[in-house]
Amino acid sequence: MLILFATFVLFPFFRSIVYSFQDWNGISNHIHWAGWSNYLRMMKDQTFARTIIFTVEYTVTTAIAFNAFGLALAVAFNSRLATSNVLRTAFFLPTVMSVVIVGYLWSFIITNIFPEIGRATGIVLLQSNWLVDPTHAFWSTVMVTVWQGIGYYIIIYLAGLQSVPVNLLEAAEMDGAGRGARFRQIVLPMIRPSATICLFLSVVNGFKSFDINYSLTMGGPYGTTQSISFQMYQDAFSKNLFSYASAEAVVFFIILSVLSLVQVSVMKRREVGA
Amino acid sequence: MNSISRYGWRKLLLETLLIVLALLMLYPFYLAIINSFKSYQEVSASLLAFPSKPTLVNFSHVWNEMDYPRAFLNSVVITVCSVAGVIAFSAAAAYRLVRRPGRTSSFIFFMVISSLVIPFQIVMVPALMVARTLHLVNTIQGVILMYWGFLVPTALFFFHGFVKTIPYELEESARMDGCGPFRIFFRIVLPLLLPIATIITIIDVLAVYNDFMLPLVMISSNTLRTLPLAVSVFFTAYSFQWNSIMTALTMSLLPIVVFFLFMQRYIVRGLVAGAVKG
Repeated sequence: MLILFATFVLFPFFRSIVYSFQDWNGISNHIHWAGWSNYLRMMKDQTFARTIIFTVEYTVTTAIAFNAFGLALAVAFNSRLATSNVLRTAFFLPTVMSVVIVGYLWSFIITNIFPEIGRATGIVLLQSNWLVDPTHAFWSTVMVTVWQGIGYYIIIYLAGLQSVPVNLLEAAEMDGAGRGARFRQIVLPMIRPSATICLFLSVVNGFKSFDINYSLTMGGPYGTTQSISFQMYQDAFSKNLFSYASAEAVVFFIILSVLSLVQVSVMKRREVGA
Repeated sequence: MNSISRYGWRKLLLETLLIVLALLMLYPFYLAIINSFKSYQEVSASLLAFPSKPTLVNFSHVWNEMDYPRAFLNSVVITVCSVAGVIAFSAAAAYRLVRRPGRTSSFIFFMVISSLVIPFQIVMVPALMVARTLHLVNTIQGVILMYWGFLVPTALFFFHGFVKTIPYELEESARMDGCGPFRIFFRIVLPLLLPIATIITIIDVLAVYNDFMLPLVMISSNTLRTLPLAVSVFFTAYSFQWNSIMTALTMSLLPIVVFFLFMQRYIVRGLVAGAVKG
């Protein structure tokens, strides 16, 4: 077990760092030390800069959407509706599916069904092909990501909401606390642990995004929806820039670790021990 | 008791809104299903209309062209072997690490746990190089071995925490009764680990079955493709035959939907527990 783990995880991890300082195309036997040249090249690389910007924008947008909609829907489900269970299944179903397959399904819907609906209803926005316009393509990836993942965030928030003791809410109501006050003063502080998890998950998953970029937009139009993982994949396997991709991986790793450290420390401090 | 029950109309409004939203969530599946029963002419005429002459020809086309049975079998074999291996390895390793405390155990645990922060993408290129050297590229065994390596840390972490809660007296009394270490592990410890093992199984089954990136970089021959990979290739090859593509998507989503509907309670509970603990 340890050997396997060391062969496929630890060794590659350190090898990745070594590769990033070398000059190798993945095939030739001649490997040279390249110093910081891969990193210098990355600093000047317009494509990589755009990739980073896209990934950050995409991560921030999806994280906000996941947490806002996830919490709102969880609150709605928590009010014990007659059809809660059936509805929850509907929202959760896409979550268990392969992101790639979901991406293909939506690329069909966006390129073909949307224009048809647009023609039928006269909505101009739907009549153009979203996936060839950079702004629309960005929102398409966000929309599909949220559609696919929202169920997971709903159930985590719901688990948090259900752990809020009912008698606490009743006591507050007796004391004259209104609906909004009860939510802000009792429910929100008590679901902080769920919020920590959801924020963390949504940000990390946003940064790691690959499948949706591969199947829905192929990084297009003109590379405007390329995530970091997608560019790494392209550079390594389509362009044979192995060491450059390794350098990108190192930068990616640094971003992710800084991010998780910051997030965990910030959120831990805010949690209440209830 | 709940104050919300007083506002009857509010609840009704909320419920209606949620039903509309849920229908919107399901609408893509409806579109995929109706279009997979249409002929090419009918698809070109309208994508929204209900099929006027339902046909099954797409299904047999996809079944043969995409080599659906083989892709599905590959996915199942990879998922089952990967997850079974991960559970077996990490349960045994966690047991050993907890019951034999010491510097070596702490070091091993620390090394494995620290890798939890390394996502697959980062080690993708060098891991593939290692696999190439070991002649594991483009083999099912290679993919399974990789999943073992990548999924064991999380599983070990869960098991490690859980083994600690098992009272040691239980094993001691078994030893008194003449039980060997292996029998103690299999007869006493393993059954007690069942709750956490179920959670890890569910998380890992979904992760492996739906994974795309690892098969994408590891597998190149058509006979070894997993379901998501086969769909991807099919999509590129038949990019304008929307009826076939919708059939391929419907057919490849079907197994997981069935699995989900039967296992829903366990899946939801398992994913919540996994997220809360992770």
